[in-house]
Amino acid sequence: MSNASTAGPGGPAGDRPVDLDAASSTTLHPAAREVLLAALDRGYADPRRLHGNARNARLLLDNAREATAAALGVRPDEVTFTSSGTDAVHRGLLGLVRGSRRGDLVVHSAVEHSAVLHAVEWGARGLSVPVDGQGRADAHDVVGAATGHDVAVVALQTANHEVGTLQDVGALELSDGVPLFTDACASMGRLPLPDGWAVAAGSAHKWGGPAGVGVLLVRKGARWRNPFPGDDRVDERTAGFENVPAALAAAAALQAVVAERDEVNPRHHALVDVVRRRVAAEVPDVEVVGDPDVRLPHLVTFSCLYLDGEALVHELDRRGFGIASGSACTSSTLAPSHVLEAMGVLTHGNVRLSLQRDATRAQVDAFCDALPDVVRELRARVGL
Amino acid sequence: MSGRGTSVDLELDCRDLRCPMPIIELARHLADVEPGRVIGVVAHDPAARADVPAWCRMREQEYVGEDVADDGAPRYLVRRVRGAAS
Repeated sequence: MSNASTAGPGGPAGDRPVDLDAASSTTLHPAAREVLLAALDRGYADPRRLHGNARNARLLLDNAREATAAALGVRPDEVTFTSSGTDAVHRGLLGLVRGSRRGDLVVHSAVEHSAVLHAVEWGARGLSVPVDGQGRADAHDVVGAATGHDVAVVALQTANHEVGTLQDVGALELSDGVPLFTDACASMGRLPLPDGWAVAAGSAHKWGGPAGVGVLLVRKGARWRNPFPGDDRVDERTAGFENVPAALAAAAALQAVVAERDEVNPRHHALVDVVRRRVAAEVPDVEVVGDPDVRLPHLVTFSCLYLDGEALVHELDRRGFGIASGSACTSSTLAPSHVLEAMGVLTHGNVRLSLQRDATRAQVDAFCDALPDVVRELRARVGL
Repeated sequence: MSGRGTSVDLELDCRDLRCPMPIIELARHLADVEPGRVIGVVAHDPAARADVPAWCRMREQEYVGEDVADDGAPRYLVRRVRGAAS
């Protein structure tokens, strides 16, 4: 390998590129980096064995579980580390279906993450509840849809991963025996967990932990049964050899993010307000979507008429800004985002911007300064 | 929303176009019909089903509904409300 480099394209004024795609994956939190490096050496052994190094690994795993539980306000025996957030969603949701005495129908919002929709398609039946123009499912509609005798689970995300709108998870008053699954992947660590769920799922690389760690929370007393083959490991709710260093690093990042959120969230919220305001004012024929206030602090989505999402991603990347898009031409299926579709908003020319922990006003302003020219240029190419 | 029974004054063949081209065609040809008249956008692209109504909302035009073209392809109907084309 000659002259390997991790440098990307040049950023604004020749600086490093600005990563505005934290919702896809966040930079490793400094607190996680230190812990991960130390644990790579100390936590390699099999936590099921009884010798010294193995007991060390087991101790680190138990520490990770306790720290995660404390950060989330749950009991340590309610915490399971899985191999990803998606795995936590699959196990969490399908385990409630398997434990249900009522049936196999999952009532879910139309804007759940594809991990939820894929799990339903694989192992249950689904009943989708529509959302309003901001992407929020009405609590009464959800509760009303869940009165059938064959309803196994209600699945409602804490916050939407594409548009940031918070859902009224805590307001759901479900009839007896219908458990609530909440996909908390978009918000875990950043926001406190809502009340009322039986099972919840989170994803470490979205809060600043390493990839390959999901968190499955199963409330004590929940009727949850493992939907997949069992394994003879430390935690019977999951399978496979424990990634002890990564779980510990994820827990360290979670603790740090929870400790910092009173400072970080208002800062992010205000920066996103700047983007929402400037984009709406400075780009013609644009629609800024999602709830402007009751939302994730770090995320904003907007769509520009007549633009190809892929071209927009590439052009912004060329100018040093990394963003995501929910437009059809940027998806593997060539179908538009089911979230934008369900909200009834424009699906093409879509940009999702999400702030890294250390995002600055200067970065946000540089993005807002660059965007109108990019949009004008791309529209000119199609003669509009 | 169904547009069945609506008479269409101009049909745009966007069958082979991918998003956002059907919407660009719609914007280009809006002024080809008089206010009150209807344009039909024929498109197989799945994004058109969401984007034609969204365009109408953003450009203050009237979305009439969806029907099918002679060959069964989805057709989205838009009534021109006022002048601006793009």
